[in-house]
Amino acid sequence: MFKRIAFTVNGKAYDFEVDVRESLLEVLRNHLGLTGAKQGCGVGECGACSVLIDGVPHDTCIFLAVWADGKDIRTIEGVAGINGELSQVQQAFVEEGAIQCGFCTPGLVLTTTALKESGKDYTREELKRELSGHLCRCTGYQNIAKAAEKSLEGHICTCEDSPHYKGAII
Amino acid sequence: MYDIKAYYEAESVEEAARLLAEKPNLKLIAGGTDVLIKMHGGQLEEAELLSLRKIKSLENIHVRDDGTVAIGAMATFSVIFHNAMLKKLIPVLTEAAVSMGGPQIRNIATIGGNVCNGATSADSASSLFALNARLKLQDEKGERVVPIREFYLGPGKVALNPGEILTEILIAPEDYLGFGGQYIKFAMREAMDIATLGVAAVCKVENGNFAEVRIGLGVAGPTPLRCLEAEEYARGKKITAETLKEIGKLAVRSTKARTSWRASKEYREHLVEELTQRALKTAVVNAGGAEVV
Ligand SMILES: Cc1cc2nc3c(=O)[nH]c(=O)nc-3n(C[C@H](O)[C@H](O)[C@H](O)COP(=O)(O)OP(=O)(O)OC[C@H]3O[C@@H](n4cnc5c(N)ncnc54)[C@H](O)[C@@H]3O)c2cc1C
Ligand code: FES
Ligand code: FES
Repeated sequence: MFKRIAFTVNGKAYDFEVDVRESLLEVLRNHLGLTGAKQGCGVGECGACSVLIDGVPHDTCIFLAVWADGKDIRTIEGVAGINGELSQVQQAFVEEGAIQCGFCTPGLVLTTTALKESGKDYTREELKRELSGHLCRCTGYQNIAKAAEKSLEGHICTCEDSPHYKGAII
Repeated sequence: MYDIKAYYEAESVEEAARLLAEKPNLKLIAGGTDVLIKMHGGQLEEAELLSLRKIKSLENIHVRDDGTVAIGAMATFSVIFHNAMLKKLIPVLTEAAVSMGGPQIRNIATIGGNVCNGATSADSASSLFALNARLKLQDEKGERVVPIREFYLGPGKVALNPGEILTEILIAPEDYLGFGGQYIKFAMREAMDIATLGVAAVCKVENGNFAEVRIGLGVAGPTPLRCLEAEEYARGKKITAETLKEIGKLAVRSTKARTSWRASKEYREHLVEELTQRALKTAVVNAGGAEVV
Protein backbone atom coordinates (compact mmCIF):
# COMPACT_ATOMS: atom_id res chain seq x y z
CA MET A 1 0.00 0.00 0.00
CA PHE A 2 1.33 3.41 -1.00
CA LYS A 3 0.44 6.90 0.12
CA ARG A 4 1.32 10.22 -1.39
CA ILE A 5 2.95 12.65 1.02
CA ALA A 6 4.43 16.14 0.75
CA PHE A 7 7.15 17.36 3.09
CA THR A 8 10.35 19.37 3.14
CA VAL A 9 13.80 18.16 4.04
CA ASN A 10 16.48 20.75 4.74
CA GLY A 11 14.35 23.35 2.98
CA LYS A 12 13.78 21.29 -0.15
CA ALA A 13 10.20 20.29 -0.97
CA TYR A 14 9.32 16.69 -1.84
CA ASP A 15 6.07 15.20 -2.98
CA PHE A 16 5.97 11.46 -3.72
CA GLU A 17 4.45 8.12 -2.85
CA VAL A 18 5.83 6.20 0.08
CA ASP A 19 5.25 2.59 1.02
CA VAL A 20 3.20 2.64 4.25
CA ARG A 21 5.53 -0.02 5.68
CA GLU A 22 8.56 2.25 5.54
CA SER A 23 10.05 4.23 8.39
CA LEU A 24 11.13 7.80 7.83
CA LEU A 25 14.70 6.60 8.38
CA GLU A 26 14.38 4.24 5.40
CA VAL A 27 12.98 6.99 3.21
CA LEU A 28 15.72 9.45 4.19
CA ARG A 29 18.54 6.97 3.68
CA ASN A 30 17.31 4.81 0.81
CA HIS A 31 15.27 7.21 -1.31
CA LEU A 32 16.75 10.62 -0.58
CA GLY A 33 20.33 9.47 -0.07
CA LEU A 34 20.61 11.32 3.22
CA THR A 35 22.71 8.84 5.15
CA GLY A 36 23.62 11.14 8.03
CA ALA A 37 20.89 9.62 10.17
CA LYS A 38 22.09 6.16 11.20
CA GLN A 39 20.31 2.99 12.11
CA GLY A 40 21.60 1.78 15.46
CA CYS A 41 19.06 -0.15 17.50
CA GLY A 42 16.00 0.27 15.29
CA VAL A 43 13.73 0.39 18.35
CA GLY A 44 13.91 3.93 19.70
CA GLU A 45 16.64 3.34 22.27
CA CYS A 46 19.82 4.90 20.88
CA GLY A 47 19.03 8.15 19.03
CA ALA A 48 21.44 7.46 16.15
CA CYS A 49 18.51 7.98 13.76
CA SER A 50 17.25 11.23 15.31
CA VAL A 51 16.31 14.16 13.11
CA LEU A 52 14.36 17.35 13.79
CA ILE A 53 10.72 17.22 12.77
CA ASP A 54 9.16 20.67 12.94
CA GLY A 55 12.18 21.56 15.07
CA VAL A 56 11.70 18.73 17.58
CA PRO A 57 14.03 15.70 17.92
CA HIS A 58 12.40 12.42 16.88
CA ASP A 59 13.74 8.91 16.38
CA THR A 60 13.06 8.16 12.72
CA CYS A 61 13.42 4.38 13.03
CA ILE A 62 10.07 4.34 14.83
CA PHE A 63 8.48 7.18 12.87
CA LEU A 64 6.42 5.95 9.93
CA ALA A 65 7.25 7.72 6.68
CA VAL A 66 3.55 8.53 6.10
CA TRP A 67 3.62 10.61 9.28
CA ALA A 68 6.05 13.00 7.60
CA ASP A 69 3.21 14.40 5.50
CA GLY A 70 3.17 18.18 5.90
CA LYS A 71 6.26 18.21 8.11
CA ASP A 72 9.44 20.23 7.96
CA ILE A 73 12.41 17.93 8.47
CA ARG A 74 15.98 18.80 9.23
CA THR A 75 18.79 16.29 9.04
CA ILE A 76 22.49 16.68 9.78
CA GLU A 77 23.04 17.41 6.08
CA GLY A 78 21.09 20.64 6.58
CA VAL A 79 23.05 21.99 9.54
CA ALA A 80 26.22 23.42 7.99
CA GLY A 81 26.20 26.72 6.05
CA ILE A 82 25.73 26.83 2.26
CA ASN A 83 29.45 26.83 1.66
CA GLY A 84 30.02 23.98 4.05
CA GLU A 85 31.14 26.10 7.00
CA LEU A 86 30.37 24.32 10.26
CA SER A 87 27.56 25.55 12.45
CA GLN A 88 28.43 26.80 15.91
CA VAL A 89 27.24 23.52 17.42
CA GLN A 90 29.27 21.41 14.99
CA GLN A 91 32.31 23.59 15.69
CA ALA A 92 31.87 23.07 19.43
CA PHE A 93 31.74 19.29 18.95
CA VAL A 94 34.98 19.43 16.96
CA GLU A 95 36.73 21.72 19.44
CA GLU A 96 35.77 19.66 22.47
CA GLY A 97 36.76 16.36 20.85
CA ALA A 98 33.21 15.12 21.30
CA ILE A 99 33.44 12.78 18.32
CA GLN A 100 35.14 9.43 17.98
CA CYS A 101 33.53 6.99 15.57
CA GLY A 102 30.84 9.56 14.80
CA PHE A 103 27.86 7.22 14.78
CA CYS A 104 26.01 9.14 17.49
CA THR A 105 27.17 12.56 16.33
CA PRO A 106 24.45 13.52 13.82
CA GLY A 107 21.72 12.91 16.39
CA LEU A 108 23.56 14.69 19.18
CA VAL A 109 24.37 17.70 17.01
CA LEU A 110 20.73 17.97 15.92
CA THR A 111 19.34 17.73 19.45
CA THR A 112 21.87 20.29 20.67
CA THR A 113 20.93 22.52 17.73
CA ALA A 114 17.26 22.30 18.72
CA LEU A 115 18.14 23.24 22.32
CA LYS A 116 20.25 26.16 21.14
CA GLU A 117 17.58 27.42 18.78
CA SER A 118 14.93 27.22 21.50
CA GLY A 119 16.66 30.23 23.09
CA LYS A 120 15.80 28.81 26.52
CA ASP A 121 18.08 28.50 29.54
CA TYR A 122 19.01 25.07 30.84
CA THR A 123 20.66 23.87 34.00
CA ARG A 124 23.41 21.30 33.52
CA GLU A 125 21.06 18.71 34.90
CA GLU A 126 18.37 19.64 32.38
CA LEU A 127 20.92 19.64 29.58
CA LYS A 128 21.98 16.11 30.49
CA ARG A 129 18.36 15.07 30.57
CA GLU A 130 17.72 16.54 27.13
CA LEU A 131 20.68 14.63 25.69
CA SER A 132 19.84 11.37 27.45
CA GLY A 133 18.08 9.90 24.41
CA HIS A 134 21.41 9.50 22.62
CA LEU A 135 23.74 6.63 23.34
CA CYS A 136 27.44 7.02 22.62
CA ARG A 137 29.58 3.90 22.75
CA CYS A 138 32.91 5.72 22.38
CA THR A 139 33.40 9.02 24.13
CA GLY A 140 32.16 8.46 27.66
CA TYR A 141 29.93 11.54 27.30
CA GLN A 142 32.16 14.06 29.10
CA ASN A 143 33.26 15.80 25.93
CA ILE A 144 29.77 15.66 24.51
CA ALA A 145 28.48 17.43 27.60
CA LYS A 146 31.24 20.03 27.25
CA ALA A 147 30.44 20.55 23.58
CA ALA A 148 26.75 20.95 24.34
CA GLU A 149 27.51 23.44 27.09
CA LYS A 150 29.78 25.37 24.78
CA SER A 151 27.04 25.42 22.14
CA LEU A 152 24.62 26.83 24.69
CA GLU A 153 27.05 29.37 26.11
CA GLY A 154 25.12 32.01 28.01
CA HIS A 155 22.14 29.72 28.40
CA ILE A 156 23.48 27.33 31.01
CA CYS A 157 22.34 28.29 34.43
CA THR A 158 24.67 27.26 37.22
CA CYS A 159 24.03 30.02 39.74
CA GLU A 160 23.14 28.62 43.14
CA ASP A 161 20.37 31.11 43.84
CA SER A 162 18.52 30.07 40.70
CA PRO A 163 15.36 28.03 41.19
CA HIS A 164 16.82 25.70 38.54
CA TYR A 165 20.07 25.07 40.36
CA LYS A 166 20.49 21.44 41.36
CA GLY A 167 24.24 21.35 42.02
CA ALA A 168 27.25 21.19 39.75
CA ILE A 169 27.05 17.77 38.17
CA ILE A 170 29.52 17.64 35.32
CA MET B 1 10.12 -2.27 6.77
CA TYR B 2 7.30 -2.88 9.17
CA ASP B 3 4.84 -5.67 8.60
CA ILE B 4 1.92 -3.37 7.81
CA LYS B 5 -0.80 -4.70 5.54
CA ALA B 6 -3.00 -1.62 5.48
CA TYR B 7 -2.89 1.87 6.88
CA TYR B 8 -5.85 4.16 7.54
CA GLU B 9 -6.04 7.52 9.23
CA ALA B 10 -8.99 9.35 10.67
CA GLU B 11 -9.42 13.11 11.00
CA SER B 12 -11.99 12.97 13.80
CA VAL B 13 -12.93 10.65 16.64
CA GLU B 14 -16.27 9.97 14.95
CA GLU B 15 -14.53 8.91 11.76
CA ALA B 16 -12.13 6.70 13.70
CA ALA B 17 -15.02 5.10 15.62
CA ARG B 18 -16.89 4.46 12.38
CA LEU B 19 -13.85 2.88 10.73
CA LEU B 20 -13.25 0.71 13.80
CA ALA B 21 -16.85 -0.47 13.75
CA GLU B 22 -16.61 -1.31 10.02
CA LYS B 23 -13.26 -3.06 10.27
CA PRO B 24 -12.83 -4.75 13.65
CA ASN B 25 -9.34 -5.93 12.64
CA LEU B 26 -7.88 -2.45 12.77
CA LYS B 27 -5.17 -1.80 15.33
CA LEU B 28 -5.08 1.72 16.71
CA ILE B 29 -1.76 3.51 16.56
CA ALA B 30 -0.96 6.75 18.41
CA GLY B 31 2.77 7.45 18.90
CA GLY B 32 3.65 3.90 17.87
CA THR B 33 6.33 3.49 20.54
CA ASP B 34 4.69 0.27 21.73
CA VAL B 35 2.97 -0.81 18.51
CA LEU B 36 6.01 -0.45 16.22
CA ILE B 37 8.30 -2.10 18.77
CA LYS B 38 5.92 -5.06 18.88
CA MET B 39 6.01 -5.27 15.09
CA HIS B 40 9.77 -5.07 15.10
CA GLY B 41 9.80 -7.98 17.55
CA GLY B 42 7.37 -10.03 15.46
CA GLN B 43 4.61 -9.96 18.09
CA LEU B 44 2.30 -8.12 15.73
CA GLU B 45 2.11 -9.30 12.13
CA GLU B 46 0.31 -8.11 9.00
CA ALA B 47 -1.06 -5.20 10.94
CA GLU B 48 -3.91 -3.12 9.65
CA LEU B 49 -3.35 0.19 11.36
CA LEU B 50 -5.74 3.00 12.14
CA SER B 51 -3.79 6.13 13.01
CA LEU B 52 -5.16 8.72 15.45
CA ARG B 53 -2.35 11.16 14.66
CA LYS B 54 -4.44 13.52 12.58
CA ILE B 55 -7.11 14.00 15.25
CA LYS B 56 -5.96 17.29 16.72
CA SER B 57 -8.86 17.52 19.19
CA LEU B 58 -7.36 14.57 21.09
CA GLU B 59 -4.23 16.59 21.97
CA ASN B 60 -6.14 19.12 24.02
CA ILE B 61 -5.42 19.66 27.73
CA HIS B 62 -7.83 21.88 29.65
CA VAL B 63 -9.66 22.50 32.89
CA ARG B 64 -13.44 22.26 32.65
CA ASP B 65 -15.72 24.76 34.35
CA ASP B 66 -16.30 22.36 37.24
CA GLY B 67 -12.54 22.11 37.85
CA THR B 68 -12.10 18.70 36.21
CA VAL B 69 -8.75 18.40 34.46
CA ALA B 70 -9.19 16.79 31.04
CA ILE B 71 -6.15 15.45 29.21
CA GLY B 72 -6.59 14.34 25.60
CA ALA B 73 -5.42 10.79 24.90
CA MET B 74 -3.03 12.02 22.18
CA ALA B 75 -1.18 14.46 24.46
CA THR B 76 2.48 13.46 24.38
CA PHE B 77 4.58 13.18 27.52
CA SER B 78 6.62 16.21 26.43
CA VAL B 79 3.48 18.28 26.06
CA ILE B 80 2.24 17.10 29.46
CA PHE B 81 5.58 17.83 31.13
CA HIS B 82 5.74 21.33 29.67
CA ASN B 83 2.10 22.19 30.36
CA ALA B 84 2.24 25.01 32.93
CA MET B 85 -1.31 24.43 34.14
CA LEU B 86 -0.70 20.72 34.84
CA LYS B 87 2.60 21.53 36.52
CA LYS B 88 0.76 23.84 38.87
CA LEU B 89 -2.31 21.71 39.54
CA ILE B 90 -1.02 18.12 39.34
CA PRO B 91 2.78 18.13 39.50
CA VAL B 92 2.81 14.44 40.44
CA LEU B 93 1.69 13.71 36.88
CA THR B 94 4.16 16.03 35.15
CA GLU B 95 6.96 14.43 37.18
CA ALA B 96 5.83 11.01 36.04
CA ALA B 97 5.71 12.31 32.46
CA VAL B 98 9.32 13.47 32.43
CA SER B 99 10.52 10.23 34.02
CA MET B 100 9.41 8.12 31.07
CA GLY B 101 11.70 7.14 28.20
CA GLY B 102 14.04 9.81 26.88
CA PRO B 103 13.34 13.11 25.13
CA GLN B 104 12.70 11.68 21.66
CA ILE B 105 10.33 9.06 23.08
CA ARG B 106 8.47 11.67 25.15
CA ASN B 107 8.14 13.81 22.04
CA ILE B 108 5.93 11.22 20.40
CA ALA B 109 4.67 8.75 23.02
CA THR B 110 1.15 9.57 24.17
CA ILE B 111 -0.47 9.19 27.56
CA GLY B 112 -3.41 7.39 25.93
CA GLY B 113 -1.06 4.82 24.40
CA ASN B 114 0.68 4.41 27.75
CA VAL B 115 -2.60 3.60 29.48
CA CYS B 116 -4.09 1.44 26.70
CA ASN B 117 -0.91 -0.60 26.35
CA GLY B 118 -1.77 -2.00 29.78
CA ALA B 119 1.76 -2.39 31.17
CA THR B 120 2.19 -2.44 34.94
CA SER B 121 5.37 -0.42 34.37
CA ALA B 122 3.55 2.41 32.56
CA ASP B 123 5.01 5.52 34.13
CA SER B 124 1.75 7.45 34.03
CA ALA B 125 -0.24 4.68 35.68
CA SER B 126 0.78 4.95 39.34
CA SER B 127 0.02 8.67 39.35
CA LEU B 128 -3.26 8.21 37.51
CA PHE B 129 -4.24 5.49 40.01
CA ALA B 130 -3.36 7.76 42.95
CA LEU B 131 -5.37 10.57 41.33
CA ASN B 132 -8.50 8.41 40.82
CA ALA B 133 -8.35 9.22 37.12
CA ARG B 134 -11.33 8.31 34.98
CA LEU B 135 -11.12 7.37 31.34
CA LYS B 136 -13.54 8.54 28.68
CA LEU B 137 -14.06 5.88 26.04
CA GLN B 138 -15.93 6.43 22.82
CA ASP B 139 -17.25 4.09 20.19
CA GLU B 140 -19.65 4.43 17.28
CA LYS B 141 -22.66 4.27 19.59
CA GLY B 142 -21.60 6.65 22.32
CA GLU B 143 -19.40 7.31 25.32
CA ARG B 144 -18.75 5.81 28.71
CA VAL B 145 -16.47 6.74 31.58
CA VAL B 146 -14.46 4.10 33.48
CA PRO B 147 -12.36 4.53 36.64
CA ILE B 148 -8.76 3.66 35.83
CA ARG B 149 -8.71 0.99 38.54
CA GLU B 150 -11.34 -0.95 36.61
CA PHE B 151 -9.54 -0.47 33.30
CA TYR B 152 -6.42 -2.54 33.94
CA LEU B 153 -7.38 -6.23 33.78
CA GLY B 154 -4.01 -7.98 33.56
CA PRO B 155 -0.60 -7.67 31.93
CA GLY B 156 -1.25 -5.97 28.58
CA LYS B 157 -4.99 -6.37 29.05
CA VAL B 158 -7.34 -3.42 29.43
CA ALA B 159 -11.11 -3.05 29.51
CA LEU B 160 -11.35 -1.55 26.06
CA ASN B 161 -14.30 -3.07 24.21
CA PRO B 162 -13.91 -3.75 20.49
CA GLY B 163 -14.49 -0.50 18.64
CA GLU B 164 -13.65 1.76 21.58
CA ILE B 165 -11.17 4.62 21.60
CA LEU B 166 -9.79 6.32 24.68
CA THR B 167 -10.45 10.02 24.16
CA GLU B 168 -9.79 11.75 27.48
CA ILE B 169 -8.32 11.20 30.90
CA LEU B 170 -10.30 13.02 33.57
CA ILE B 171 -9.19 14.07 37.05
CA ALA B 172 -11.90 15.50 39.31
CA PRO B 173 -11.17 18.57 41.46
CA GLU B 174 -11.89 16.70 44.70
CA ASP B 175 -9.10 14.29 43.77
CA TYR B 176 -6.34 16.87 43.28
CA LEU B 177 -7.27 20.20 44.91
CA GLY B 178 -5.43 20.66 48.20
CA PHE B 179 -3.34 17.53 47.65
CA GLY B 180 0.43 17.33 47.56
CA GLY B 181 2.09 14.51 45.70
CA GLN B 182 5.31 12.83 44.71
CA TYR B 183 6.27 10.25 42.07
CA ILE B 184 9.36 8.13 42.48
CA LYS B 185 10.53 6.02 39.58
CA PHE B 186 13.05 3.49 40.75
CA ALA B 187 15.14 2.20 37.84
CA MET B 188 18.71 1.16 37.17
CA ARG B 189 19.38 4.13 34.90
CA GLU B 190 18.22 7.71 35.18
CA ALA B 191 16.90 7.81 31.62
CA MET B 192 15.65 5.38 29.01
CA ASP B 193 14.82 2.66 31.48
CA ILE B 194 11.71 0.80 32.53
CA ALA B 195 10.80 1.16 36.20
CA THR B 196 11.75 -1.54 38.68
CA LEU B 197 9.12 0.11 40.83
CA GLY B 198 6.97 3.21 40.42
CA VAL B 199 5.44 4.89 43.48
CA ALA B 200 2.99 7.77 43.39
CA ALA B 201 1.72 9.17 46.66
CA VAL B 202 -0.74 12.00 47.14
CA CYS B 203 -2.04 13.30 50.44
CA LYS B 204 -4.04 16.01 52.09
CA VAL B 205 -2.91 17.38 55.44
CA GLU B 206 -5.04 18.90 58.22
CA ASN B 207 -3.57 20.15 61.52
CA GLY B 208 -0.63 17.78 61.32
CA ASN B 209 -2.84 14.79 60.50
CA PHE B 210 -3.43 12.91 57.28
CA ALA B 211 -6.87 13.87 56.04
CA GLU B 212 -6.45 11.54 53.09
CA VAL B 213 -3.70 9.44 51.52
CA ARG B 214 -3.72 7.64 48.18
CA ILE B 215 -0.86 5.46 47.00
CA GLY B 216 -0.48 4.08 43.47
CA LEU B 217 2.18 1.50 42.64
CA GLY B 218 3.54 0.27 39.33
CA VAL B 219 5.43 -3.04 38.84
CA ALA B 220 4.30 -4.20 42.30
CA GLY B 221 1.86 -6.64 40.68
CA PRO B 222 0.57 -7.68 37.25
CA THR B 223 -1.24 -4.36 36.94
CA PRO B 224 -0.72 -0.99 38.61
CA LEU B 225 -2.49 -1.00 41.97
CA ARG B 226 -3.57 0.99 45.00
CA CYS B 227 -2.59 0.38 48.63
CA LEU B 228 -6.05 0.57 50.13
CA GLU B 229 -5.20 -0.94 53.50
CA ALA B 230 -2.40 1.54 54.07
CA GLU B 231 -4.60 4.41 52.86
CA GLU B 232 -7.37 3.43 55.26
CA TYR B 233 -4.92 3.20 58.15
CA ALA B 234 -3.50 6.64 57.40
CA ARG B 235 -6.80 8.49 57.51
CA GLY B 236 -6.87 10.88 60.47
CA LYS B 237 -3.50 9.70 61.81
CA LYS B 238 -0.93 12.14 63.12
CA ILE B 239 1.89 12.57 60.62
CA THR B 240 4.93 11.07 62.32
CA ALA B 241 7.82 8.85 61.33
CA GLU B 242 6.01 5.94 63.04
CA THR B 243 2.84 6.49 61.04
CA LEU B 244 4.86 6.58 57.83
CA LYS B 245 6.63 3.40 58.81
CA GLU B 246 3.36 1.60 59.40
CA ILE B 247 1.99 2.89 56.07
CA GLY B 248 5.09 1.50 54.34
CA LYS B 249 4.56 -1.91 55.95
CA LEU B 250 0.86 -2.00 55.13
CA ALA B 251 1.54 -0.91 51.55
CA VAL B 252 3.47 -4.13 50.94
CA ARG B 253 0.33 -6.14 51.80
CA SER B 254 -1.47 -4.79 48.73
CA THR B 255 1.30 -5.88 46.38
CA LYS B 256 1.71 -9.00 44.31
CA ALA B 257 5.32 -8.47 43.34
CA ARG B 258 7.16 -11.20 41.50
CA THR B 259 10.71 -12.03 40.63
CA SER B 260 11.89 -10.90 37.22
CA TRP B 261 15.31 -10.31 35.75
CA ARG B 262 15.07 -6.70 36.93
CA ALA B 263 14.58 -7.51 40.59
CA SER B 264 13.51 -10.24 43.01
CA LYS B 265 10.14 -10.23 44.76
CA GLU B 266 11.85 -9.58 48.10
CA TYR B 267 13.77 -6.63 46.76
CA ARG B 268 10.65 -5.14 45.21
CA GLU B 269 8.78 -5.50 48.50
CA HIS B 270 11.62 -3.79 50.31
CA LEU B 271 11.43 -0.98 47.75
CA VAL B 272 7.67 -0.65 48.25
CA GLU B 273 8.06 -0.32 52.01
CA GLU B 274 10.88 2.20 51.76
CA LEU B 275 9.86 4.27 48.73
CA THR B 276 6.24 4.62 49.81
CA GLN B 277 7.52 6.36 52.93
CA ARG B 278 9.91 8.56 50.98
CA ALA B 279 7.28 9.55 48.43
CA LEU B 280 4.76 10.31 51.15
CA LYS B 281 7.29 12.34 53.12
CA THR B 282 7.77 14.68 50.16
CA ALA B 283 4.05 14.63 49.39
CA VAL B 284 3.37 15.89 52.94
CA VAL B 285 5.66 18.87 52.40
CA ASN B 286 4.10 19.51 48.98
CA ALA B 287 0.68 19.43 50.64
CA GLY B 288 1.79 22.19 53.01
CA GLY B 289 2.55 19.94 55.98
CA ALA B 290 5.66 20.05 58.18
CA GLU B 291 8.63 17.93 57.22
CA VAL B 292 8.78 14.62 59.06
CA VAL B 293 12.21 14.05 60.56
C1 LIG C 1 12.87 3.34 23.82
C2 LIG C 1 11.58 3.26 24.58
C3 LIG C 1 11.55 3.62 25.92
C4 LIG C 1 10.36 3.54 26.64
N1 LIG C 1 10.37 3.93 27.95
C5 LIG C 1 9.23 3.90 28.66
C6 LIG C 1 9.23 4.33 30.03
O1 LIG C 1 10.25 4.72 30.59
N2 LIG C 1 8.04 4.29 30.70
C7 LIG C 1 6.89 3.86 30.11
O2 LIG C 1 5.85 3.87 30.76
N3 LIG C 1 6.87 3.44 28.82
C8 LIG C 1 8.01 3.44 28.09
N4 LIG C 1 7.99 3.02 26.79
C9 LIG C 1 6.77 2.46 26.21
C10 LIG C 1 5.92 3.43 25.39
O3 LIG C 1 6.70 4.49 24.92
C11 LIG C 1 4.75 4.01 26.20
O4 LIG C 1 3.91 3.00 26.68
C12 LIG C 1 3.95 5.02 25.38
O5 LIG C 1 3.24 5.88 26.22
C13 LIG C 1 2.99 4.41 24.39
O6 LIG C 1 2.30 5.46 23.72
P1 LIG C 1 2.19 5.53 22.14
O7 LIG C 1 1.40 6.73 21.83
O8 LIG C 1 3.48 5.38 21.51
O9 LIG C 1 1.30 4.22 21.91
P2 LIG C 1 1.14 3.24 20.67
O10 LIG C 1 2.32 2.37 20.52
O11 LIG C 1 0.68 3.96 19.47
O12 LIG C 1 -0.10 2.38 21.25
C14 LIG C 1 0.03 1.59 22.42
C15 LIG C 1 -1.24 0.75 22.60
O13 LIG C 1 -2.35 1.55 22.94
C16 LIG C 1 -3.38 1.47 21.95
N5 LIG C 1 -3.89 2.84 21.84
C17 LIG C 1 -3.13 3.96 21.64
N6 LIG C 1 -3.91 5.06 21.72
C18 LIG C 1 -5.17 4.63 21.96
C19 LIG C 1 -6.42 5.29 22.17
N7 LIG C 1 -6.52 6.63 22.14
N8 LIG C 1 -7.52 4.54 22.40
C20 LIG C 1 -7.42 3.18 22.46
N9 LIG C 1 -6.28 2.50 22.28
C21 LIG C 1 -5.16 3.21 22.04
C22 LIG C 1 -2.71 0.89 20.73
O14 LIG C 1 -3.62 0.17 19.93
C23 LIG C 1 -1.67 0.00 21.35
O15 LIG C 1 -2.22 -1.22 21.76
C24 LIG C 1 9.17 3.09 26.01
C25 LIG C 1 9.20 2.74 24.66
C26 LIG C 1 10.39 2.82 23.93
C27 LIG C 1 10.39 2.46 22.48
S1 FES D 1 18.11 3.50 15.47
FE1 FES D 1 16.47 4.75 16.02
S2 FES D 1 16.75 5.03 18.10
FE2 FES D 1 18.26 3.57 17.63
S1 FES E 1 31.39 8.66 18.90
FE1 FES E 1 31.11 6.55 18.57
S2 FES E 1 29.10 6.28 19.31
FE2 FES E 1 29.52 8.27 19.93
